[in-house]
Amino acid sequence: MESGDSCCSPVSDSELIIMTAITTLLPRKNDWQMAFIVTRREVRDAFRDWRIIIPIFLLTLAFPALMNFTAGRMVGFVEEYGADIIANQLIPFLLLVVGFFPMSFSLVIALETFVGEKERKSLEPLLATPLTNMQLYMGKMMASLVPPLLASYAGMTVYLIALKLSVDWSPTWQLFVQTLLITTIQGFIMVAGAVIISSQTTSVRAANLLASFIIIPMALLIQFEAVAMFWGNHSGLWWLIFGLVLTALVLMRMGTAIFNREELLGRDIDQIRLGWMWQQFWTRFSGKSETGYPNPVAWYRQTFAILGQLRVPIVIMILALIGGAAAGVIVGRMYVLPAGFQAELRGDNIVRNLEQLEMLVGALPYVILAQNVRVLLLMALLGVFTFGVLSILIFMLPIGLIGYIAAQFALAGQNPYTFLLGAILPHAVIEIPALLIAAAAALRWHITVISPPPDRTLSEGFLIAAADFVRLLLGVAVPLLVISAFVEAYVTPQALLHMYGG
Amino acid sequence: MIEAVGLGKTFDEFTAVYDLSLSVQAGELLALLGPNGAGKTTTVRMLGAILRPTTGHARVNGHDVVLEADKIRHSMGMLTEQPGLYLRMSGLEYLVFYGRLYGLSDDLIKKRAINLFERFNMPGAYTRRLGEYSKGMRQKVGLIRAMLHDPAVLLLDEPTSAMDPHSAKLVRDAIRELRDDKRTIILCTHNLPEAESLSDRIAIIKRGTIVAEGTAIELKQQLLGQPQIELQVDRYLNGEVEDLSDLVTVEWVGENTIRYRTPDPTVTNPQLVRHLTGLGLGVVSLYEVTQSLEDVYLHVVEETKDV
Repeated sequence: MESGDSCCSPVSDSELIIMTAITTLLPRKNDWQMAFIVTRREVRDAFRDWRIIIPIFLLTLAFPALMNFTAGRMVGFVEEYGADIIANQLIPFLLLVVGFFPMSFSLVIALETFVGEKERKSLEPLLATPLTNMQLYMGKMMASLVPPLLASYAGMTVYLIALKLSVDWSPTWQLFVQTLLITTIQGFIMVAGAVIISSQTTSVRAANLLASFIIIPMALLIQFEAVAMFWGNHSGLWWLIFGLVLTALVLMRMGTAIFNREELLGRDIDQIRLGWMWQQFWTRFSGKSETGYPNPVAWYRQTFAILGQLRVPIVIMILALIGGAAAGVIVGRMYVLPAGFQAELRGDNIVRNLEQLEMLVGALPYVILAQNVRVLLLMALLGVFTFGVLSILIFMLPIGLIGYIAAQFALAGQNPYTFLLGAILPHAVIEIPALLIAAAAALRWHITVISPPPDRTLSEGFLIAAADFVRLLLGVAVPLLVISAFVEAYVTPQALLHMYGG
Repeated sequence: MIEAVGLGKTFDEFTAVYDLSLSVQAGELLALLGPNGAGKTTTVRMLGAILRPTTGHARVNGHDVVLEADKIRHSMGMLTEQPGLYLRMSGLEYLVFYGRLYGLSDDLIKKRAINLFERFNMPGAYTRRLGEYSKGMRQKVGLIRAMLHDPAVLLLDEPTSAMDPHSAKLVRDAIRELRDDKRTIILCTHNLPEAESLSDRIAIIKRGTIVAEGTAIELKQQLLGQPQIELQVDRYLNGEVEDLSDLVTVEWVGENTIRYRTPDPTVTNPQLVRHLTGLGLGVVSLYEVTQSLEDVYLHVVEETKDV
């Protein structure tokens, strides 16, 4: 879709993406029924495969027994030295490990059921049936989760019963629920990650290689959980669970977006196509059409038309802006500057400090511009890997800082509005819209990974959104930032002097 | 029943199908012929509402392939190029699974499955695991899967590939029955005699678009010209051939053989025989040179090779 076309659409791409994300996340009764048909077959098939059943069986019975033996020996050992606390902290972690090991099979089953089926050519007949993409995804997801989850719960039960009988230890309800939740959500994360990997590969071998992108973070996560449990910070685990739930939801949303017939059948070769990627990017960025390149006025007209599609990301970023400022004020009230620093916020001190900056004023616009562009690029880059989360946080950071400083002004008995009017407003009226536009375009780019436009493949949607971001960055944001940098270097200090009577 | 106009499909930078238009009436069987990579499978996938066309539009059984994809998949049966079975399941388990996806009751599925197994000469095999089946049997199970929900439209991609002659004949007979049963069928095949014997019409696809279409007879006439006749006489020909140019178009002359084309052999051949007899030549043999679908196919494929 050309940018010019979408300007007249009653629903923008971003709104469509949000609506699609919401509607496709809510399965209906029929979806569950169809998914269960798929799950039942897959689970039955898995239970006929000895390569899956024997390890699960061993991990359900033999491994908990081993862990139980380890726990018993450990308790006996540490009791000799009066260090019961070590055993008390380690036993819960062993419970988590007992649950995790069978759960890790969900990754193997998921890779097998998604990409294995594609490799064996049994996926296409399924795609020819009335199953929707969502139903198929749900069915396979449940099939990958059910056997390992059952094994996991069974293993934990065996371990806990044996532990109760051998060393009379039982977990608190909080710890028990947390362990169950962590184990279950980790399974969801691994399977959802496996779907994403599977849809981008054509063989189980390639998928297994890529699976390290799941295994390594999971190993790190287990280590982090070990530290949290050993530290005894069980209430902090709720935050971890919250983070894991969010990660699982994002990965599942991304999986449902990627797991579609087009992506599954359209990708026959795992090949990087740099030429095609550049062509897609450049065509979108330059606005090239069959008639040739647009003139600068037409190019800018197309670029401004993209803004119309950014309504939702802009609203999100405005909310982040307000949230950042509010968070800054709250943190400012919680962590008050020492009296010596507060004295620096007086008008006469500000004027004196500004005078010291005069010798730097020649280089200041370039420093400010470089800093702003650097922040935008960092935001764009980190957002790609975090589905936009870090880009929002980075966007909130300077605003939060302003909120913090404004709060310090108020706490020091100064008028915060004088500070805001003098030190921020003159350049912020240009700088904030520039940052907002670039940040919104970056966010739209980042969320295409989770929810690609319905009429495009994932790679197309990603490249087009990236081109839109670069277009708005270079065409709108950077020119505005150049102006705001000069305003900040030359006008803002004067306004500040005026406000504080310098 | 199947109507496609200007259909195209591009995978990133690769165009698999472009500007493809075809029409298949209810009860008609269209054979889609073409070399490997010509776009047959992509076309079938678009018509089967598995892939979305990049350009153009198509309707199958009255439903739009993009807007009513679910309805199309409900009313259509597809045999994919490779049957893609679950080898740990028995034949019956496999078909019960697929039948449920089409909303059929287990009793109905079993009844139909057992009938179809018998029809395809595999009675009793449905209790065995699919992993134990021969290649041909697996292909037949794939066909049974496509027919299980009694679809009005069938898209068959290489239905007899990897089958022994006997199995292939059974499948062909079944396809013929389906066609006689007024089902609409598109048959992708490399087997030219099969296409000629089963199809009402043939479309030859090359490099993503249809380059020739018609009945086998029409295609032969369109692409290979008038019927070609070979005539043998009882002695050497010495210049008599020049006198024949008023009657037929002579293409080749041997020592005692001539090959010619004529728009209407029923009229021309008797005249020619009378003429040669009058010249004192005895006609030893006279027959129409067989122009096979293979000739048509090769002609089309070669002709468009460098386009």
